[in-house]
Amino acid sequence: MDDKVDIKDFLEFVYSFYKTMKDHEVTLVYEGEVTHQITKAFTSLTETNMEAEEEGPSTQKKVFHVMVECLQNMSKHAETIDASNLKKDGRGIFMLSKNEDAYNITTGNVLNNSKVAHITKMLEQINDLDKDGLKKLYKQQIKEGRLSNKGGAGLGFIDIAKKTGNKLYYNFLSINDEFSFFVFTSKISRNN
Amino acid sequence: MEVIKIIGTDDTPSVTLDAQNEIFEISGRSLPEDVAAFYEPILDWLDRYAEEPNEKTVFNFKLVYFNTASSKLILDILLKLEEMHEDDKEILIRWHFPEDDEDMEEAGEEYADIVEVPFEQVSYSLD
Repeated sequence: MDDKVDIKDFLEFVYSFYKTMKDHEVTLVYEGEVTHQITKAFTSLTETNMEAEEEGPSTQKKVFHVMVECLQNMSKHAETIDASNLKKDGRGIFMLSKNEDAYNITTGNVLNNSKVAHITKMLEQINDLDKDGLKKLYKQQIKEGRLSNKGGAGLGFIDIAKKTGNKLYYNFLSINDEFSFFVFTSKISRNN
Repeated sequence: MEVIKIIGTDDTPSVTLDAQNEIFEISGRSLPEDVAAFYEPILDWLDRYAEEPNEKTVFNFKLVYFNTASSKLILDILLKLEEMHEDDKEILIRWHFPEDDEDMEEAGEEYADIVEVPFEQVSYSLD
């Protein structure tokens, strides 16, 4: 292989990647392990940006909130194995995009196929509820749910739906017999 | 009883539990890396306090943000206060929220619905 060709390809890729990000109005993208430090860094960066842009305080709080819940979902639930069969949990892609009307927060991560039915059922249940229904479900879950050994309360998705007032968008893309890629997007309207 | 005094950070709240001076307060932001580990000493302290509580306990929550994992632990604190109330101790929860923060106000309303304990919502101005 010719190094020069490889490098040229790579530099072209950088430009097309940049253009794709601009086209989709992506302002932050990350792929890798989601740690507590990463969660803090991204939320603090986003807060600073929103303050500089004089975003409404309610929108700022909701964006912060949804970012934390999404990142913590990934750090607690994402699972994957790499080519050498090493288990690498808590990794995935995180994206923040923004247009005139809304912020969109998107996560993508690998999940074991055994989780797909349960998550689908939970998200569908949430999407079927109105504001009062979500409040009821939240109260029921906070009372009856127990903190998992990973420190999750089973409230993240319900809370995102409740705080944003928007439906949750998601998809599972099949990878193989064992794993799927779970994409999740939530929208925070800017005119709050 | 010993005093718990935790200085808040950008991801953990300030906590003061001081029975002698009648200060019971949790304030700031709560999204600790290990939520159970952070709240464990607070819940343990409340268990010991419940054995011989003051005649009156006014517990102040003045949080500006908490994640859903913390919300479960906050309920655990409220449930311990509810038990003291059931034992005929005078308990008052004061839930402070920034005046323009509907979500924090709503969070207080939801807790007030769940626990059977005198609960007061207090709005404050950030200026």
